[in-house]
Amino acid sequence: MAKVHVPFDLRHLAEGAAVLEVQGACYRSLMAALQGRYPALEAALARDKAFVLDGEIIDTPLLEAVAPDSEVHFLPRIGGG
Amino acid sequence: MKVHVQTEVNGEAVEFLCDPTTTLLEVLRDNLGLRGSKEGCGTGDCGACSVELDGALACSCLILAAETQGRSVATIEGVATPEALHPLQSHLLKSAGLQCGVCTPGIVVAAKHLLEQDPNPTEEAVRYFLAGNLCRCTGYDKIIRAVLDAAAEMRGEAA
Amino acid sequence: MSEAMDFKVIGTRPIRPDGVDKVTGRASFGADFSLPGMLEGAVLRSPHAHARIKSINTDKALAAPGVKAVVTGADFPQVAAGAIEGGEGGGDFADLAGNVIARGKVRYHGHAVAAVAAQSRAQALAALALIEVEYEPLPAVLSLDAALAESAPLIDEGLMTSGLPEPAAAPSNLASVIEMGNGDLEAGFAEAALIIERRYQTPTVHQGYIEPHACVGRWGQDDQAMLWCCTQGAFDVRSMTAKVLGQPVGSLKVIPSEIGGGFGGKTTVYLEPLALQLSKKSGRPVRMVMTREEVFRATGPASAATIDLRMGFSSDGKITAAEAIMAYEAGAFPGSPVGPGTMCVFAPYRIANFRIKGMDVLVNKPKAAAYRAPGAPQALFATESAMDEAAQKLGIDPIELRLRNAVEEGDSAIYGPKFGPIGLRACLEAAAAHPHYTKAKDAGVGRGVAVGFWFNVGLQSSAEVHINEDGTVTVIEGNPDIGGSRASMALMAAETLGVPYESVRVVVADTETAGFSNVTGGSRVTFATGMAVVEASKDIIAQCCSRAASLWSTDEDMVEWRDGAVHPRPGVNVEATPLSLKDLAGQAGRMGGPLLGKASLNARGAGPGFSVNLCDALVDQETGQVQVKAFTAIQDAGKAIHPSYVEGQLQGGAVQGIGWALNEEYVYSPDGIMENAGFLDYRIPVASDLPMIETQIIEVPNPGHPYGVRGVGETPIVAPLAAVANAVSASAGVRMTELPLSPPRVLEALDQA
Repeated sequence: MAKVHVPFDLRHLAEGAAVLEVQGACYRSLMAALQGRYPALEAALARDKAFVLDGEIIDTPLLEAVAPDSEVHFLPRIGGG
Repeated sequence: MKVHVQTEVNGEAVEFLCDPTTTLLEVLRDNLGLRGSKEGCGTGDCGACSVELDGALACSCLILAAETQGRSVATIEGVATPEALHPLQSHLLKSAGLQCGVCTPGIVVAAKHLLEQDPNPTEEAVRYFLAGNLCRCTGYDKIIRAVLDAAAEMRGEAA
Repeated sequence: MSEAMDFKVIGTRPIRPDGVDKVTGRASFGADFSLPGMLEGAVLRSPHAHARIKSINTDKALAAPGVKAVVTGADFPQVAAGAIEGGEGGGDFADLAGNVIARGKVRYHGHAVAAVAAQSRAQALAALALIEVEYEPLPAVLSLDAALAESAPLIDEGLMTSGLPEPAAAPSNLASVIEMGNGDLEAGFAEAALIIERRYQTPTVHQGYIEPHACVGRWGQDDQAMLWCCTQGAFDVRSMTAKVLGQPVGSLKVIPSEIGGGFGGKTTVYLEPLALQLSKKSGRPVRMVMTREEVFRATGPASAATIDLRMGFSSDGKITAAEAIMAYEAGAFPGSPVGPGTMCVFAPYRIANFRIKGMDVLVNKPKAAAYRAPGAPQALFATESAMDEAAQKLGIDPIELRLRNAVEEGDSAIYGPKFGPIGLRACLEAAAAHPHYTKAKDAGVGRGVAVGFWFNVGLQSSAEVHINEDGTVTVIEGNPDIGGSRASMALMAAETLGVPYESVRVVVADTETAGFSNVTGGSRVTFATGMAVVEASKDIIAQCCSRAASLWSTDEDMVEWRDGAVHPRPGVNVEATPLSLKDLAGQAGRMGGPLLGKASLNARGAGPGFSVNLCDALVDQETGQVQVKAFTAIQDAGKAIHPSYVEGQLQGGAVQGIGWALNEEYVYSPDGIMENAGFLDYRIPVASDLPMIETQIIEVPNPGHPYGVRGVGETPIVAPLAAVANAVSASAGVRMTELPLSPPRVLEALDQA
């Protein structure tokens, strides 16, 4: 199962967990699984954070394949000049 | 009441009608279609509209078009010949002395004026002379090098 | 990987394809376009920093000579909230629409209230004076402290803080809170032999592009509209303008002109929706051009910031704990770059125990826009100032102190993910060995060191490669060339196709000609659009191989592309002369039609950029004036496609950073009016202020790009703030923590020391 690192300021939405083990072969299924467990967390992540899969920031994720040993982070969105 | 003005731009006789309050920059751009001179500030602070008026370097945004009656104006459009760029222009290209390029016409006109006054300026002299030409992209380094290289070439030295 | 690559044209320094146009004045910028029958537009701007609009009467203006149309907020649809995608994090369409033209309330001095189109600019300006607006002035909120005070006037009465553990109980000027952390902060500080604790402040500054915003809008009776404008992203202008006007995206065509600088400030819209609405009402094309004063008063400043920093160090210089509380001014609508600021603040270092809190705070100033590495310069000004002070107090060389804490490949960034190959250590080692660093300082001169960091982004890009019948190449892409990117695209196409650089021309096309591409920003164009150009070129190669194989009556896997031609693979028994791009282009009609390659992608794998800057500065003890005596910028570019333009990015960013450090700031009156809205009083660096800016390009290839490119456009502005401040602090003998280091501020510090 992929390791999802819960952003520090959203851990209260995941009963304080810093890391969650989540099943999902792609972004969409991973988020669906998260929604089942912590709907408020999933909503906040989808709304406010950028998706980072194994170190790569993915601006508009949907079908990106998530491996069983993938590391997933969520970051504040980055603008650019 | 419009003013009828007869003047010379880049060696050609031109005439136009303008309001007494219209600037030379506006006339160059809107009446004469010479849009190489740019308005960066409209207050004489940025140098993007630099031209020569009777051989003197000036910001065309600070000159009233009516003042040019019977005089001679030189703009960026008159710098290159049909055959060749001016050495300043080719050295700016070679040195990558431009990024966005909007200040470049003013830099070319001002630097050309400098080299006509002083064919062998020091780096410091170039920096002080071009202090009225703002560039926000390059940090000036490559512009200054291009002017020094062009000066050397114009003196017949290997740049 | 590119280390092993033997490049033919990449890394050379040819003349840019658009060069001659730009040195002769022929290039057409935003204000240079005109149409027959065109009207001139002008904007009525708020005289108050904060006021309720009680009424607007435009009757007299409409009746004035030459006036063809007047618009106010009432002429624009209400736009629903929704995030703006495409690298402009934190932006919201409803806020964008509210910033384009005020409705109900003005939120800053210079906020657009109405716009007029008339036959001449003079008539338009005269008509503005006839628009009657009744205001109810409200107290202006001009600083972070005032905005966050208990009973602060509310800029947005409906704004509830997001990012709090519990929903906010009442509205405030605090738009959002971000927190990050790890480890045990207090245990880390308990371990420390030295703690640096200070407040660092940076002012509101402007991107200062020389070309003011400009556009021409034309609306047709069929509701099809066209916009000619200077922008960093024609597709972003299209989506934003369509949203503000409530129109489908497909009804709007945006044609980007050449762009006279942007630095992030031309990634949004101000005039464009107004010009189109005026055109719709008047039935005529409308040109709108800002004055410099309008640029300062109503467009994208960079956020002022206050950062309370605490860093703990062991006696051998290891960071044991770090804490940052960062408040950034968003301006009048939410969306400062505090998010990236929180991620950048400690990004260069390995820190086990840290806590970071970021706050996005509304004030009655123009809505902050992106400015080169948005959020990072403020953040690293704080950290790198503290690192300098720590080095001094611990008696450790400042570069050595950074090397002891520097992140490397495989380390987790403090914001989470692991770094791939990065160049921080290489930059630090190059700095330590650099003649600038090893030579003795002149008397009285202070030397400053600082590290810079920026993520760099990828995003969506498209490119087409057309092979002309004589084998010359046309590349079509959608990213305005703001600093020589046509040259980079041509170099990458030439390298991939094995043709001379001179045979490639690059066209920056409009939104109906180029495939969709996100903004020119985020240091992404050479990386992401470059990747699209390489892929489109590879598409051509695949077609060439297929055609050659057919011609030779063999299979595609029996042929290969080498040195700009299709060859039979070694050992394959085919009697054939190699077929060059030119050979195949000349035969294209006989072999299935024109050679047209294309690629569209959402680029992943942007490589982070690190830099190290060195600055020598001399403080005049009598006047407080600072002279920068020497400056060196060292940065990892991954692979420099056109080294001159990479150096140019380093030099230009350094000088913008020097301006931010020494001179630049918005000066406000107590009632919120900017008092220095012109280049005479808002002083950006001029040629005589500066020395040559030495550069050194480090190349740690980015595995995420076919030629190893990482973005270089933004990182250069990050390190100079602290590099200059550290040099000034050393020369002055007193620690400077508030920018700009203008003569009065330096004198005051000298007096107090």
